[in-house]
Amino acid sequence: MVGLLFLVPLLPFLGFLVLLVGGGRLPRRAVEAIGVGSVALSFAVAVLVAIGFAGLEGESYRQTLWRWMATGGFSADIGLWLDPLSLVMMLVVTGVGALILLYSVGFLRGEAGARRYFAAMTLFVASMLVLVLADNLLFLYLGWEGVGLCSYLLIGFWYREPANGAAARKAFLVTRIGDAALLLGLVLIVASLGTLDIPVLQDRAPEAWTAGSTLPVAAAALLLAGAVGKSAQLPLQVWLPDAMAGPSPVSALIHAATMVTAGVYLIARMHGLYALAPAVQTAVAAIGALTLLLAAISALGQSDIKRVLAWSTISQIGYMVMALGAGAWGAAIFHFMTHAFFKALLFLAAGLVILRLHEEHDIRRMGGLAMKLPVSFAGFLAGAASLAALPVVTAGAYSKDLILWQVAASTEGGLLLWLAGAIGAVLTALYIFKAVFLVFFGPMQTAPEPAPASPAMLGPIVVLAVLAVFGGGLAVPAQLAGTLPAPPLAGAPGHPPLAFALVSAALPLLGLAIAWALYVGRRGPLTGLAASRAVARAAPVAAAGFGFDALYERLFVRPWHALARTLRDDPADRPAAGLAGLSLGGYRLLRETQTGRVRWYAASLAGGMAAALALGVLS
Amino acid sequence: MTGLPMIWGLGLAAILFVLGLLGVLVRRNILFMLVSLEVMLNAAGLAFVVAGARWGDADGQVMFLIILTVAAAEVAVGLALALQLFRRTGSVDADAAMRLRG
Repeated sequence: MVGLLFLVPLLPFLGFLVLLVGGGRLPRRAVEAIGVGSVALSFAVAVLVAIGFAGLEGESYRQTLWRWMATGGFSADIGLWLDPLSLVMMLVVTGVGALILLYSVGFLRGEAGARRYFAAMTLFVASMLVLVLADNLLFLYLGWEGVGLCSYLLIGFWYREPANGAAARKAFLVTRIGDAALLLGLVLIVASLGTLDIPVLQDRAPEAWTAGSTLPVAAAALLLAGAVGKSAQLPLQVWLPDAMAGPSPVSALIHAATMVTAGVYLIARMHGLYALAPAVQTAVAAIGALTLLLAAISALGQSDIKRVLAWSTISQIGYMVMALGAGAWGAAIFHFMTHAFFKALLFLAAGLVILRLHEEHDIRRMGGLAMKLPVSFAGFLAGAASLAALPVVTAGAYSKDLILWQVAASTEGGLLLWLAGAIGAVLTALYIFKAVFLVFFGPMQTAPEPAPASPAMLGPIVVLAVLAVFGGGLAVPAQLAGTLPAPPLAGAPGHPPLAFALVSAALPLLGLAIAWALYVGRRGPLTGLAASRAVARAAPVAAAGFGFDALYERLFVRPWHALARTLRDDPADRPAAGLAGLSLGGYRLLRETQTGRVRWYAASLAGGMAAALALGVLS
Repeated sequence: MTGLPMIWGLGLAAILFVLGLLGVLVRRNILFMLVSLEVMLNAAGLAFVVAGARWGDADGQVMFLIILTVAAAEVAVGLALALQLFRRTGSVDADAAMRLRG
């Protein structure tokens, strides 16, 4: 059954092709059925493949479909590579993707452009599957670019609004910076190692390169830049909050299953390379820690519900990147999985709320919706609890505690990284429960439209809510133990001490308590602190995401526009235009001599001849 | 043929040529311009004859005969043009034909 692996990316791609070529003539039901069905089938096949893989000897399975290209000493295949790492990614991408597509059927009911939407969504899933299953970096890069393209198409789905188009362009251009770096990294690897084949690379890199020398550091840094762009980490995080311009299920797909986790996957996939570049791995951890703190504070300042979730994604990816940097590979992938569940859930529930409130995004104008929208409330609450990592009862708690423990105990990590993660954990609970309390509790401000929700929308929310609560029971790190290196723990491996576990559990509860005091109790010393001038000054900074947008506007966008304005008149064409002007002027001058007066012609003829004669005689 | 120095003959030719040229430039009547052209051609022919006489060579007179033929052809074309000009403009003023100006 493992042999069916090629069907996993192929099915969504076929769905895309059918929708692209014949979608115009298909009825809407058929378009929806193809869009959802191709990804759901792909998930079914992925499950079959997983069952087959479990019965397989060995740690990995490789399926080479055909030779893509062979030039000189370099060759690349269209080939798939399945090991526990790509297996987890594949299952999450197809499973969560199918749920989100099913939700889209209800979400887009009555909207035009369903064919465009489902075609782009299926291509998105197919690209992501190519990315995670590719057995060489060139094929991976194909999926990488496909993911970027689809994100552009979907963020700008409502293209009649100019701001949405701008957001789509911004996402495309900012990630492009990372893509360019990734491409350079691939060229560097090919030039020095002669191959892009991932398993071969893992073997050859330690033989050809000594740890810490220039080449592996440069290659790892370039790959890191690519991952930073795609995963919206510091300093390329600016595109993700704006990407909220797309429909909610698109945001769910971008944040949970595809796109932003590509960077995490790339670093985990190339872990051998990072082992050779310890300096870069430290940088990975630092970027993750900084990003998670900055994004958590920014999330606190947002009032748009989707932007809260966007910043929280950046923050959670920051956790994963920090874990990768500290060598906690398995924990990072585990958190990726739980994050996929609860973040998709949060977006889908938020999308339902927004839909019912007639495109109202502002959490300050919501309130008291708990009884009116019970499924949204339950889903959002389960997702929020999992995101905040409330102890024991949520999936997020298991993965986040694992990250915190391994980061603290790792020789690559340390107390500083743990501190960042711990502060982040408090902030996470604070900002997400601020949203929960403002949206679902308190007095009702905007009345929801009393339409019955379609089962296509409620079903995925329920399934994801179950996964967000119980998904922590999946023993993902144990499965990954053979593929990814074990974290370099300082002490003996095993469970964290009880005191540590208690502290980890207390952090989100602390955040929850603060949120309760501020937004429900509305009394006590905390309220006074929140109303103080320091907080009032800090709020706009957090709301603006620490002003990175304004900074980049000054540093890059405006100089670029000025340059474009300067170059608009094509100064390089000046010499050519001057030549043309010269001949034109000469023509005008000479035209004056053509008067049509025969006697003038004769006179100038005689004059010229006399001059020529005089020249001949006198000289 | 040794009496007259060549410079006299050539001087006469030059004077005739300049007179013809002045006629072409000054007269506006196209018939007089044609007459002046004839004078210029004949001045050139005279120069050839003088030069041929100086060196005792027949080529000078041969050239004069050729010039005579060319002049006949030129007059034929010129008179036809003059006729056309008169038909089109109703005058024989050469400046009346300046509609051609570019």
